[in-house]
Amino acid sequence: MRRDIITGIYFALGDVACAEGAIAAGCRFFAGYPITPATEVAEHMARRLPEVGGVYLQMEDEIASMAAVIGASYSGVKSMTSTSGPGFSLMQENIGLAVMTETPCVIVNVMRGGPSTGQPTKTGQQDVMQAKWGSHGDYEIIAFAPSSVQEMFDLTIQAFNVSEEFRCPSFIMADEIVGHLRERLNIPKPEDIHLAERKKPKQLPQSYAPFKPDQDLIPPMACFGEGYRFYATGLTHDETGHPQTDSAEEQTKLVQRLCDKIRRNRDRIVRVERIMLDDAKVCVIAYGSVARSALAAVNRARKQGLKAGLLRLITLWPFAEKEIEEVADEVDGIIVAEMNCGQIVREVERRADHRKITFLSRLGEDPHTPEEILAHIRRVSG
Amino acid sequence: MTLEAHPLEEFTRKGMIPHIWCNGCGDGIILSEFLRALSELKYDMNKIVIVSGIGCIGRISGYINADAFHTTHGRPIAFAVGVKATRPDLKVVVISGDGDLFSIGGNHFIHAARRNIDMTVICSNNFNYGMTGGQSGPTSPLEAYTTTTPYGNIEHPFNLVHLAAGSGAVYVARWTTIHVRLLRESMKKALKKRGFTFIEVLSPCPEQYGRRNRMPKPMDSMVWFREKSVIRHRINPLEAEITPNEIVVGEFVDTEKPEFTDLLQQQVRSIQMKLEKEGKSTNVPL
Amino acid sequence: MSPPRIPLSPAQKLKIAEVEIVVINDRCKGCGFCIELCPKHVLDYETRLNIRGAHPPHVKTEECVGCGICEEICPEMAIFMKIKEREK
Repeated sequence: MRRDIITGIYFALGDVACAEGAIAAGCRFFAGYPITPATEVAEHMARRLPEVGGVYLQMEDEIASMAAVIGASYSGVKSMTSTSGPGFSLMQENIGLAVMTETPCVIVNVMRGGPSTGQPTKTGQQDVMQAKWGSHGDYEIIAFAPSSVQEMFDLTIQAFNVSEEFRCPSFIMADEIVGHLRERLNIPKPEDIHLAERKKPKQLPQSYAPFKPDQDLIPPMACFGEGYRFYATGLTHDETGHPQTDSAEEQTKLVQRLCDKIRRNRDRIVRVERIMLDDAKVCVIAYGSVARSALAAVNRARKQGLKAGLLRLITLWPFAEKEIEEVADEVDGIIVAEMNCGQIVREVERRADHRKITFLSRLGEDPHTPEEILAHIRRVSG
Repeated sequence: MTLEAHPLEEFTRKGMIPHIWCNGCGDGIILSEFLRALSELKYDMNKIVIVSGIGCIGRISGYINADAFHTTHGRPIAFAVGVKATRPDLKVVVISGDGDLFSIGGNHFIHAARRNIDMTVICSNNFNYGMTGGQSGPTSPLEAYTTTTPYGNIEHPFNLVHLAAGSGAVYVARWTTIHVRLLRESMKKALKKRGFTFIEVLSPCPEQYGRRNRMPKPMDSMVWFREKSVIRHRINPLEAEITPNEIVVGEFVDTEKPEFTDLLQQQVRSIQMKLEKEGKSTNVPL
Repeated sequence: MSPPRIPLSPAQKLKIAEVEIVVINDRCKGCGFCIELCPKHVLDYETRLNIRGAHPPHVKTEECVGCGICEEICPEMAIFMKIKEREK
């Protein structure tokens, strides 16, 4: 009887579903620090990890948590942390270290009202740009925005898969509503869950260069205690891992490859859900808990004879540029609804005529109501 | 001209020696003594992980022929905790500087010591931040001149031995780079001991600290160490101070207490056995 | 002053180690530790400069007893001992 994949139907909390998804994905290390509204992820991991032979560590702060996650990942274990806005800010420097050392790991940010301490118990979507740009330096990451408890489970597994495949940190950008929602959760049978593992080196230690990429731009990853005796550093380095702090050529090679390994594969990574867009004249773009209201609004609009559709972003980064461009050409109006002062909408504006775009901001404990979005759909439809 | 290989050559990463450290820097001595300690213990170099932070001494992980990682500033201990907790079969050694371990990294140090995680932490204490040009740090002596204390340091430095002992380390020692053999013996002891072990090594920094504090030549620092050091094993850590008149060195703490990964594994095992007995996949309600 | 120790048994056959000091000249940065801290003052600075602009050490007397301090105190792995034991 498997302890890691507890197949069945549950009525579960979003944060708990995320933790179960991680365990189902093979995560056996969690290091974190309590923070509302992500604490339940940590608490559930604390209870479940020992059952599956994993390690739960409550570190002294979020900075230590992220450092420990990188250490555990380099020891060969799938690793994760969870936090919210303030902790996410603290983790940024080490997220950069994870990018630079190509460490597979998952960071869950159950977003709340910011900035700073903000409204700890209320939802928000204010950190979505930070997921991409939060650490210093130029880099690419992969971020998901779950809209339901089921997605908290499913997308966490996806996050582990992409981070293992692309050797980069990946993010679950949930929000407090999805994190604290209780909904039906279906944990499938093990054979229906597909897992990805990091590439291991085929060469012997003497001919292994830890950061020498294969054709896919991703280097195979040796871990501690496997006899490879490799060296990894956050300094700009060459393929052998040795610091190259003077060479412009090495800097260019490395930083460009770290970006390209994800950019080149964006078609495989980017996921959106297109709902009733084939003949739509108005497109609503939303993600996370706002997408739920948006879906309701679009359904009601259709009932009223308005040709509305929803483009739900499942991955936030890399950004769904192509998908937005496609839609932008087909529709007369785009409504972007987010719980912030305008973040993803800026990406949309880069790809679509800004005269077509209406931005709906919502701050505070509730997302936009379906009525609110519907009113704008009506207005844009003319 | 000699084609002979230095006895420690096999323990160093090919192509990385000679290192980048300044003339007379104590980090080179710390590296050599550490490698000698490993050599004398006939340590399996595939079973050790070296973690270092940012600073001159931080480059040490690049010179040692073992699995090694160079973290962000202040974080080697937190990283090492992640390694040790998932691979308790590997020995984890953190070698870093006074600023990295006790200024920005202070929080991680005290918590790892508190938990008594099996690792050895070696601090190269050169009384300033050498890599960035000689700024003051938490171990800079009172009245010392550094680039950020141009009128003399008005802050009290840490007594690292006391700090480590107070945080719960089970082995605490202080030596200087002139005490090569005693340092090596301490390193061997620390590596063999189970639990959080800490060695402070006072180290010359002629180019930055030395130059500004009337010790411009490498030998000046070594003379200071030789003349002012006094060995006082097992005295109260509170009294193991570095003052203008004396540098108290020796072994101050050598004790036993349950180690973190042992407790962790025990707990995990008992939980799994319970599930086994009850024939369940989980005892945790969703 | 009386000697601190009085032998309980007759003097053993002395084994004096034959030691060769090997200097990797171009690694030396001229810190002087080996020269100044050698207990038998066996080493001295060479007059020539090495590739780093330092005066590396060289053995100037036959007094070396193979204590190994030069090898241990060198920060650069630039000097080491080769020991061949020989009975006297």
